[in-house]
Amino acid sequence: MTNFTKPNGGPNRRGFLAGTAAVGAGLLLPRGAFAQAQPKKGGTLRVGFTQGSTSDSLDPATFNNDFMFASGYAVFNTLTEIAPDGTAQPDLAESFEASSDAATWTFRLRDNAQFSDGKTAKANDVIASIRHHMGPESKSGIKPLLEQITDIRADGDKVVVFELAAGNADFPFIFNDYHLGIRQDTGDGTIDPNSRIGTGGYVIDVFEPGVRVELTRRDDYWKEGRAHFDKVVILKVGDPAARMNALMTGEVDLIDRPDLKTINLLGRAPNVKIHTQDGTLHYIMPMQTNTAPFDDMNVRMALKYGINREDMIEKVLRGYGTVGNDQPISRSMPYYNDDLEQITYDPERAKYHLKQAGLESLDVTLSTSDAAFSGAVDASVLFAESARPAGLNIDVKREPDDGYWSNVWLQKPFCCSYWGGRPTPDLMFSTGYAADAEWNETKWDNERFNELLLQARPELDQTRRAEMYGEMQKIVKEQGGALIPAFGQYVSAMNESVQMPEEVSEMWDLDSQRFIERWWMA
Amino acid sequence: MSRLQKLVIGRVSLGILTLFVVSALMFVGIELLPGDLAQQILGQSATESTLAAFRAELGLDQPAHLRYLDWLGGVLRGDFGTSLASGREVSELLGPRLANTMFLATYAAVIAAPLAVILGLLAALWRNTLFDRGVNLTALSAISMPEFFVGYVLILFLSIKAGVFPTLARIDSATGLWDALYRSFLPALTLILVVVAHMMRMTRAAIINVLASPYIEMARLKGVPRWRIIVQHALPNALAPIINVVALNLAYLVVGVVVVEVVFSYPGLGQLLVDAVSSRDFPVVQAVGLFFAAVYITLNVLADIISIMSNPRLRHGR
Repeated sequence: MTNFTKPNGGPNRRGFLAGTAAVGAGLLLPRGAFAQAQPKKGGTLRVGFTQGSTSDSLDPATFNNDFMFASGYAVFNTLTEIAPDGTAQPDLAESFEASSDAATWTFRLRDNAQFSDGKTAKANDVIASIRHHMGPESKSGIKPLLEQITDIRADGDKVVVFELAAGNADFPFIFNDYHLGIRQDTGDGTIDPNSRIGTGGYVIDVFEPGVRVELTRRDDYWKEGRAHFDKVVILKVGDPAARMNALMTGEVDLIDRPDLKTINLLGRAPNVKIHTQDGTLHYIMPMQTNTAPFDDMNVRMALKYGINREDMIEKVLRGYGTVGNDQPISRSMPYYNDDLEQITYDPERAKYHLKQAGLESLDVTLSTSDAAFSGAVDASVLFAESARPAGLNIDVKREPDDGYWSNVWLQKPFCCSYWGGRPTPDLMFSTGYAADAEWNETKWDNERFNELLLQARPELDQTRRAEMYGEMQKIVKEQGGALIPAFGQYVSAMNESVQMPEEVSEMWDLDSQRFIERWWMA
Repeated sequence: MSRLQKLVIGRVSLGILTLFVVSALMFVGIELLPGDLAQQILGQSATESTLAAFRAELGLDQPAHLRYLDWLGGVLRGDFGTSLASGREVSELLGPRLANTMFLATYAAVIAAPLAVILGLLAALWRNTLFDRGVNLTALSAISMPEFFVGYVLILFLSIKAGVFPTLARIDSATGLWDALYRSFLPALTLILVVVAHMMRMTRAAIINVLASPYIEMARLKGVPRWRIIVQHALPNALAPIINVVALNLAYLVVGVVVVEVVFSYPGLGQLLVDAVSSRDFPVVQAVGLFFAAVYITLNVLADIISIMSNPRLRHGR
């Protein structure tokens, strides 16, 4: 299987929708509905994962699927972690603070954090681990986000100071990324990319890429109240039916991405519960705003009014999603603007905008492929049908799956794509919407938006930041080229005995892939 | 030099030539696929600078023919290179997978081949009886269903309903023989169901064909019992086509099990090949492909040799 990720980006959601089915709303338990308050040590957690490939390696620069994200987080700590409330909290760092212009960041490491070989984590380990992803030789997916760092230096054994090219109030969020697990400095300022020695709660017993990984808890783990399972086994079970069968027969305790077509049958099995998370995953049909006819704002609006979002959620996402409002910030993210009016399907409004653009009808080509997201082809055809009454003739062009991200995405003026989401509006906007961003899908260049982006980034005053990000969401929604019909939900299924805290981090699937450390067995 | 020796030498050298052609074709095939390893691994997150760094590290910036010759030189020295994606030795990567694939294939073959031949003989012996019809119907039904469906049906009845066998056929180097046989029983059974029909029908047809010959009529007139006619007089003359079909099916058991591996999450070569092709990891693709081709060629050469040896006219020439 091929995997696609963006730097600091969501785990790959390809195959997430792999075939899907209507499910009674009654199945959608509110999150935390089956949570238990008291974590308990012990037990073996066996996980069946969709992803995982024989080409996986322990080199963090190559991590690109859930199998490696979850294993990586269990074995290696990151400087910060995203808490259930969406904020960045210290993890391997004990604390962090910014200078007044947010351009110098000082991270203080914990005194008691030890690697599994007994050595204490020091500043040079952090520096070597971060540098692994920087510089011209780096092939790491997170390289572009680290380019803002102009200098890293150690201040004693326990303090690391980052100098940035410009202020960035969201800088700590970057360190939650799965690429940036801390390894040991080998002595010359580099890390051994295949090292298995981390500060995390688990050590690797067996690592067979694309088959399984077996982890055992460290009894001397320095973090209180974390790492409850005695042993964890992650198996790659690519076939959805095999995954669901294994859960039903009790051969595994937890699976990701059950087949939504048959999930109602799975939910009926004894001892099985279904878990959903709202998350930041969203589907998008970017229109390149510098290319005719999408350079006309009225044409973009016509298309935005021409898509039936509810229909797409019901038919393509099988109910596991929420309507999108043409801007990429989700409800679970900080600075979400909930004053924006929800756009709805309205062929008359679409016609009106078309007339404003001086057109009677419009012919456009939408490039699509299930490589963009599973179900993209169906969603595109559905879009074409709902748009026709408004005089919008959408020619759905199916592109080859192979090479979609290099030959279609960012190349064709109107196509399908997805975002795994970002923890903060700044990261989302600066990777996908800033005029100079490499992945500016909509080729958007809005003066006010770009100005606000730069102003908000170093702003440490939360109220003013919220105002600025609120305005940016409004601009993107009302003027941008992003047609975001839906946010997807993360769905997983597990044995009744698997327990999780009341609140989980919703950014990515399974407590943002940190479930090994945070969940427990009843 | 005897005819047989000449034939063996001829076949083996042709086989080696075929392997070269196969390796070149596979290389061209991978080159024709859109995107290279760097793009596949980085996917949506590819930028010019990460792509360039990736390619330079792996030598993908070299022209294609140089990379092929480089690889070929390595293989002639017995070095299959390292996987581009994971940096591990191809031989190390292949070893356990190869063992698993061969284990499953052998498991299925040891049961399927004798079973098919015996069923074929019995069907010929009791031609047009209820037994014959029943065996034919069952075998043909099994072969008519796609493998994944057979696999799912077996899982439904034997794992989920009856709870006798596990749904995931997980084996590793630490698994004992009995345990391995137990855990991989369902995939083996699926494969058996899929291959038995072909061999069984061929055995039956070949025997019936020979049964029409005058010398069989002679034997029957002498009063030889029917089972002896079939085993002693008909079978030796019908062996050649049976052996060929058996070889073909054995080869299938090794090279055609990708779907079964996926259904049961069995860590065999098929899954490795699929992963390697989708990440354009050509040293791994080449090694697996060459192994598959070698199995095919070897089994076919063996089938020819055994057919010839089973036939005195061919063995001694005229």
